[in-house]
Amino acid sequence: MDPIISIKGLSKSYASGFEALKSVDLDIRRGEIFALLGPNGAGKTTLINIVCGIVNASAGTVHADGHDIVRDYRAARAKIGLVPQELSTDAFESVLATLKFSRGLFGKAPDPAHLERVLRALSLWDKRNNKIMTLSGGMKRRVLIAKALSHEPQILFLDEPTAGVDVELRRDMWQMVRELRTSGVTIILTTHYIEEAEEMADRIGVINKGELILVEDKNVLMRKLGKKQLTLQLQTPLAAIPPSLGGLPLELADDGNALVYTFDTQSEQTGIAALLRQLSEQGIDFKDLHSSESSLEEIFVSLVHGGSKGARA
Amino acid sequence: MNWHAIRAIYRFEMARTFRTITQSIASPVLSTSLYFVVFGAAIGSRMGAIDGVSYGAFIIPGLIMLSLLNESISNASFGIYMPKWAGTIYELLSAPVSAIEIVFGYVGAAATKSLMLGALILITARLFVPYEVVHPFWMLGFLLLTAVTFSLFGFIIGLWADDWQKLQVIPLMIITPMTFLGGAFYSINMLPPLWQKITLFNPVVYLISGFRWSFYGVADVNIVVSVSAIVGFLLACLFAVWWIFRTGWKLKV
Repeated sequence: MDPIISIKGLSKSYASGFEALKSVDLDIRRGEIFALLGPNGAGKTTLINIVCGIVNASAGTVHADGHDIVRDYRAARAKIGLVPQELSTDAFESVLATLKFSRGLFGKAPDPAHLERVLRALSLWDKRNNKIMTLSGGMKRRVLIAKALSHEPQILFLDEPTAGVDVELRRDMWQMVRELRTSGVTIILTTHYIEEAEEMADRIGVINKGELILVEDKNVLMRKLGKKQLTLQLQTPLAAIPPSLGGLPLELADDGNALVYTFDTQSEQTGIAALLRQLSEQGIDFKDLHSSESSLEEIFVSLVHGGSKGARA
Repeated sequence: MNWHAIRAIYRFEMARTFRTITQSIASPVLSTSLYFVVFGAAIGSRMGAIDGVSYGAFIIPGLIMLSLLNESISNASFGIYMPKWAGTIYELLSAPVSAIEIVFGYVGAAATKSLMLGALILITARLFVPYEVVHPFWMLGFLLLTAVTFSLFGFIIGLWADDWQKLQVIPLMIITPMTFLGGAFYSINMLPPLWQKITLFNPVVYLISGFRWSFYGVADVNIVVSVSAIVGFLLACLFAVWWIFRTGWKLKV
């Protein structure tokens, strides 16, 4: 299937010489949720802004649903909705008026029924006649999403959609994003919250210092770079790992009170059963055990800081 | 052509006008009325006629131009500066609209507001001073041309300005003095010979003179020169807007 967004050799340099993007290549698949992760200043927003037409690229090309974003900007932009990071709203306008404006701006004929659906889906229908300035931060964020959806985009960019949003609203938004995906909208989101990407994304891209370090299916990424560990709380502390267990990926922790076994989540045989048998044979008893897994956050930190392996849990 | 976008911008701007009607319409009408009361009815009754026109009637075209120029500039500059300041410009830049559609929307709304204002002042003036319009077609043409041209100029100022002070400085520090010195209250024939020549460098002279000609058939400068001057300025503004959107100057990084 053709990618819905195809980015090739995209670079952005500012007059100061700062390179915000360095020859980025990226294909976004139709209908997926793609999360772009990266620390502050990594180039996430610059990338989005170029695709949406807000920032001029220094080099490279972008196609949205087959349309070049510069030469065929009308067709390309009509497909795209953008929810910006900043809560930039027309403070004195009513919610409904600002949606009507957005829909018209994107070349769509008035459709009150569609706007009502969007407002109801975002729990904004009751607030439709309120001035935006009277709404809470979370509500304003919803208004921005409603504006982006008012013109029925096929591609939706969410730039830090849940920044400064409380936990409940964040969960609501995740649900809304999933529903949008179900309706066929491709979603690209940037986030600081790794749990957000972990929760929602189909694929993850990691960007750092203007370079796309990695693009991977989330589950593959978790399997590839994620590690699982089994921690055994020992009855009697050990001074050292017995030589007969020397070939296993074991470490002593907690002053010899805990034995940590690291295993690969991808392999069919984790080796836990064999380990427990060997411990029994050696007369090493344990009073408790628990397993843990590296989170995407640790994988991300490890990638951004140049490590090749996921950090341990 | 994205007609829906033009309509959306136009309606959005007109809604803003009616939301702030006291500031955008009532206030300039009131201040211009005060000029009519003071200079037209009170002082004007003691002044002699100029070019055969009573002083109260003589100043009407100049006063309309004074309001029209200032309001056209401030309406259009505020209209496009506001989204820049509030950050909502992102939507305009990411929308499938061309420069010409954006200009039609914003400048069209600003010019409409100015025309409404011009018409209101004209009607209000009738309450204080009797006047006639010898060339009504040309009078409407001048009103329209001036409203569009100076709304376009205001739009450029709004694009150029990156703070509120810059937004105000050109209307207050340049346009208002040029209008006062451009023959709003006097005929340039009343100036000493040297100043008569110097004042010809003031483009507003041509506007007021042409507009006054459409009322009373008398002008300080040739009507063809007046029309040419304003059309020339219109073309210069169109070129500047075209260049700004082509390069993204002050809009995109």
